Amino acid sequence: MSAVIDPHHAGHGLTDHHHGPAKGLMRWVLTTNHKDIGTMYLWFSFAMFLLGGSMAMVIRAELFQPGLQIVQPEFFNQMTTMHGLIMVFGAVMPAFVGLANWMVPMMIGAPDMALPRMNNFSFWLLPASFGLLVSTLFMEGGGPNFGWTFYAPLSTTYAPESVTFFIFAIHLLGISSIMGAINVVATILNLRAPGMTLMKMPLFVWTWLITGFLLIAVMPVLAGCVTMMLMDIHFGTSFFSAAGGGDPVLFQHVFWFFGHPEVYIMILPAFGAVSSIIPAFARKPLFGYTSMVYATASIAFLSFIVWAHHMFTVGIPLTGELFFMYATMLIAVPTGVKVFNWASTMWQGSMTFETPMLFSVAFVILFTIGGFSGLMLAIAPADFQYHDTYFVVAHFHYVLVPGAIFGIFASAYYWLPKWTGHMYDETLGKLHFWMSFVGMNLAFFPMHFVGLAGMPRRIPDYNMMFANFNMVSSIGAFMFGATQLLFLFIVIKCIRGGTPAAAKPWDGAEGLEWTVPSPAPYHTFSTPPDMATLEAHRTDPRHD
Amino acid sequence: MTEDRQTRRLVLRLCVLVVAMFGFGFALVPIYDVMCQAFGINGKTAGAYQGDQVQDAERQVRVQFLATNAADMVWTFGPQADEVTVHPGASTQMIFVAYNPTDKPMTAQAIPSVAPSKAAAYFHKTECFCFTQQVLQPGERIEMPVRFIVDRDLPADVRHLTLAYTLFDITARKPPVAQATP
Repeated sequence: MSAVIDPHHAGHGLTDHHHGPAKGLMRWVLTTNHKDIGTMYLWFSFAMFLLGGSMAMVIRAELFQPGLQIVQPEFFNQMTTMHGLIMVFGAVMPAFVGLANWMVPMMIGAPDMALPRMNNFSFWLLPASFGLLVSTLFMEGGGPNFGWTFYAPLSTTYAPESVTFFIFAIHLLGISSIMGAINVVATILNLRAPGMTLMKMPLFVWTWLITGFLLIAVMPVLAGCVTMMLMDIHFGTSFFSAAGGGDPVLFQHVFWFFGHPEVYIMILPAFGAVSSIIPAFARKPLFGYTSMVYATASIAFLSFIVWAHHMFTVGIPLTGELFFMYATMLIAVPTGVKVFNWASTMWQGSMTFETPMLFSVAFVILFTIGGFSGLMLAIAPADFQYHDTYFVVAHFHYVLVPGAIFGIFASAYYWLPKWTGHMYDETLGKLHFWMSFVGMNLAFFPMHFVGLAGMPRRIPDYNMMFANFNMVSSIGAFMFGATQLLFLFIVIKCIRGGTPAAAKPWDGAEGLEWTVPSPAPYHTFSTPPDMATLEAHRTDPRHD
Repeated sequence: MTEDRQTRRLVLRLCVLVVAMFGFGFALVPIYDVMCQAFGINGKTAGAYQGDQVQDAERQVRVQFLATNAADMVWTFGPQADEVTVHPGASTQMIFVAYNPTDKPMTAQAIPSVAPSKAAAYFHKTECFCFTQQVLQPGERIEMPVRFIVDRDLPADVRHLTLAYTLFDITARKPPVAQATP
């Protein structure tokens, strides 16, 4: 019954099952345990969150007042670029892979991930990748300065020398993501406990299954895209160089064919997590489980046919603008289904507002605001006004910060008792939430206004008339940034001690992960739980 | 163990998908070119046009010319006239002049683009210096013709269109051959 493919390791899970983890540093280097790897992913992601966050602090410090005072424009460009790359690929994506590693096997009653050794490799590629990426900042000519979207020819003809390191870093993290996704998909499709049918899976598992397929479909396209850049720069091809018959606009098509599904990769697992958390604290089963599954699948499908809405201003024909405009607006339908389902789940529930629930409720409200500004941007004629302004920055920070990142915080607080065996400090958790909530809104809400008034993004200086809003934004950003150190403290405090957590610390929580003790033993479900256990613990989110 | 075999088969399939999508990324290049041709996207014009049209003496279209140097290109480059008025269907010629002020032989490539982009499919070049590369010796000046026909089917709302050339220095990519020693 072992999940390990390698025949030498067959049965490993059974024989090894009484042993705890190995001792010392090599435990982490060599581990194939999904919980260890999940932990490493989460810590790595948090480290990257702080690094990318400190770059955001540099950006906001420079934008605190008009004029140039702290950094030079060249360095400012490197900061905006690296902030985006690190947050997208280093913080948000690995955090979700970490959550998947920890929770997916425990939610479906599997002993481990389907491919434990590959799991180890896909994690350890990440430090290598980001080491390479961050090292470019110390190279002559500086790091990537062409924006996280690295449009050609900025990233080819006019790029700093270090661009090759950037390309290899993207290759490495792409390989890591693809392997991680294959692993999650194989685990979900092949290692479910008997009786755990697809439509009984918790939504976090469902959203990750769909995310896994999205990753497998688009990360190779990104790899192809940077490979073409590499060839243009070093091997004399002209994929993106007009001089040799190529086309820079082609770059944008290839990039956004990856880039748009990518934004759903960063939000779907958060959808799944809050779909577990909201029912737990509303003490009601999730409203509309089946429609949630179909809505997630529809969003994933639609994400492949809307990419050109990022490119309304490059000169696509009118019919193209209309198609991409309507296709984009169509995404509001399944997303609306989800938002209404969450609201209906809370409706008349016996709600309590522990930290995970606070983050989840804020997620629903603030993500919806981000969705509305997305609808505004989807209107092709209006987009000509909003394009490349701070309105876009406000939009995607509203879907990524209170969307993806609040989803991750909610998940962390929700499952911390299971991971550590202790309850976190609820007072500090609430403080973290309120500081993040206020800081985040102060930072990003004024960006809507300066964007509509025409402040361009990615520029270190701005017109005097934007000064007040920018100062408010910066104060909010500093507040949000500093608060994350409180989160670090809360997590460390929770690991080191606290009220012991029960196997199921939340009354309304459902799912197999709550049937194992807290902290979860090193090996769980070495023998799969049987159907009777499943039913007894009411894992079917649709139960009556 | 059947579970292992199942996993192996699934992983193999997923790997095939990964390779296929990597290939698809590259397949987007020809797909993009075909789409641009088919829908006249992006102001891309087709290659040499073979064919003749009867001119439409009723209608007049203004054709404007633009010449731009790409970054780091030092030649002087421009059309002999900024604008001509033509009848659709009629074959018209315009001369562009390029001059190499440096003391080195250089190769250049001009890339055309037509605006508005929906007119691109109706702008036919029967002869163009952009179909080949230009090699200019130090101090050499050259007159380069483009001969074109504006299609009779040009949408009625297009009254003027712009033919823009961007001149790129491709000396590094295609070094000027043989004649280098005068």
